[in-house]
Amino acid sequence: MAQTLYDKIWDNHVVYSDEGSDLSLLYIDRHYVHEVTSPQAFDGLRINERNVRRPDLTFATVDHNVPTTNRSLPIVDQISSLQIKALENNCKEFGIRLFDIHDKYQGIVHVIGPELGLTLPGSTIVCGDSHTSTHGAFGSLAFGIGTSEVEHVLATQCLWMKKSKNFEIVLNGGLKQNQAISSKDVILNIIRKIGTSGGSGSVIEYKGNYISSLTMEKRMTICNMSIEAGARAGLVAPDDITFEYLRGRVYSPKNELFDQQMDDWKNLRSDNGAQYDKTFSIDIDNLAPQVTWGTNPAMTIDVDSAIPSPDEYSKGNDDEKKSAIKALEYMNLKPGLPITDISVDRVFIGSCTNARLEDLIEASNAVKGKKVSSNVKAMVVPGSQQVKIAAEKLGLDKIFINAGFEWREPGCSMCLGMNPDILQAGERCASTSNRNFEGRQGTGGRTHLVSPLMAAAAAIAGKFVDVREWV
Amino acid sequence: MEPFKNLTSKVVPLDIANIDTDQIIPKQFLKLLGKTGYGEYLFFNWRYDKQGIPLKDFVLNSPVFSGRQILLTRENFGIGSSREHAVWALKDYGFKVILGVSFADIFYSNCSKNGVLVIKMDKNTIEDFFSSKINENFEIDLIQQQIKINSKVFDFDIDPTLKNYLVNGLDEISKTLELGNHIKKYEDKNKVSVKSESMI
Repeated sequence: MAQTLYDKIWDNHVVYSDEGSDLSLLYIDRHYVHEVTSPQAFDGLRINERNVRRPDLTFATVDHNVPTTNRSLPIVDQISSLQIKALENNCKEFGIRLFDIHDKYQGIVHVIGPELGLTLPGSTIVCGDSHTSTHGAFGSLAFGIGTSEVEHVLATQCLWMKKSKNFEIVLNGGLKQNQAISSKDVILNIIRKIGTSGGSGSVIEYKGNYISSLTMEKRMTICNMSIEAGARAGLVAPDDITFEYLRGRVYSPKNELFDQQMDDWKNLRSDNGAQYDKTFSIDIDNLAPQVTWGTNPAMTIDVDSAIPSPDEYSKGNDDEKKSAIKALEYMNLKPGLPITDISVDRVFIGSCTNARLEDLIEASNAVKGKKVSSNVKAMVVPGSQQVKIAAEKLGLDKIFINAGFEWREPGCSMCLGMNPDILQAGERCASTSNRNFEGRQGTGGRTHLVSPLMAAAAAIAGKFVDVREWV
Repeated sequence: MEPFKNLTSKVVPLDIANIDTDQIIPKQFLKLLGKTGYGEYLFFNWRYDKQGIPLKDFVLNSPVFSGRQILLTRENFGIGSSREHAVWALKDYGFKVILGVSFADIFYSNCSKNGVLVIKMDKNTIEDFFSSKINENFEIDLIQQQIKINSKVFDFDIDPTLKNYLVNGLDEISKTLELGNHIKKYEDKNKVSVKSESMI
């Protein structure tokens, strides 16, 4: 029977199936670990006198609560410091490779996995973080798990899973698209159309000529936010762009081994006639830059339009209408206000969604030779040490610093505000991150999700602008 | 895990759709190293004002609903971050059952690992609960997969394996470790290793 890419990866990893249940035991090829969702899992191992089954397939880094300021200084937040120390001790005790705060490969877990060649096509990857969906850009089945499951994978290298539905999203066009439109605009537009539960219970496979034309970094942005549409994972079939990205990376297979594996990877695509439970297609020619106006990522609108009324947004759904009223109140916005009349106090360029080298290059294009508006505080937080080093080689740090941006050390930073990088109550932020939930970037803070170019332009203009007029 | 067989309680109605885990437990409380003590921070930003004074309008602060062990909610509950702290906070606060139309995948899975029963019902039934059953006793029987309200019975679905874990309070890892031979066989057959990767 014709199979989807998801079906194939799934079948390749089933260790055992329970009769009379929907659950299968899946083998996990890579387990990424960070400081916030792992301490209780390691404690569980100790209490039950269990070991880590495959420390060689487990990789850890610190990203969620590390400060992004000078790394030679001690960490002021004692509780964060304890969590970081706990991960160091746990990795030492169980023999796990840790990219610690001073490591040249430290960074956001979803940036360093691909960058180091740990994320490979056809593999299963888990991490105690919902944005693990990022790695699906390589044709790997990658999804976020809770701490109990982290413990389960540490102890068994396996996970009980119910198979998700197959959801196909076909992305057509976009090849003659305005340069100001990025894959961030595309994924925001998809979530706007299918909603935050549109992908619930599903694995989304992105297909079509647009996705094939994208670089790996841009595909990662799309897969990263699959979770914001409620999907368990996002997938893109690997192709020559994928293989060239992976060749020669630190942990990638070497030489003939790489070529051998590549032959296998080439079979990782959905068969003709494979059945999907759900299909959605979208033509992205003429797509406008997207900006979120509310408190979930489906509350998104074109930059050249106005804040919708709760009725316009909810289209007759009472629950959604209530959500929209609550969101407008929280965001302090009125229906009818043009997006380009909204001024911002802060700009954050960073996160596992948009803190890779191409994102920083894209943002720098709006910044070169200009100054950050006097009302705005703006920062760039590269996704990893390797991104930071590469950006500095290109002189991007100077472009941002000369314009008035802060240039920081890598980490999740203001995407979730677990470290000192937070919004103050009432502050409005143009952010390249992935969630605009209430209080996400700081209690009372107001987040608008945008592309790196839009965020950079907002920093310069002090408000949202239609970046199609800027490039 | 503590076994769950049945429970009788009234519900706490939380009439909001699309509640994300950042609301259930805000990020500043994710720095603890244990699994308990999160209950007092549950829905923190909706529950307290800036001075830390309970907000009267929020449902958890109403004395009417105090001590109830079932949370009644709408669609798409538990979206966003995978933080299991959200479940630890709900459980620590005293909720043993979450009742709603639909739930985010990771949240659903996290609940099942902590002995918290998640029940999905259709939209009309949930609407009926909100509009006319707030002050009724819900008699939940997991073995029969039924909720009895007065004399009316509502059936619900649950995966038989999950049900078995909940009813018997089983430890999932112990069960998986019993399948060690299968795991070993898989590893041998698929040569799962990192030999191909040159270490740094």
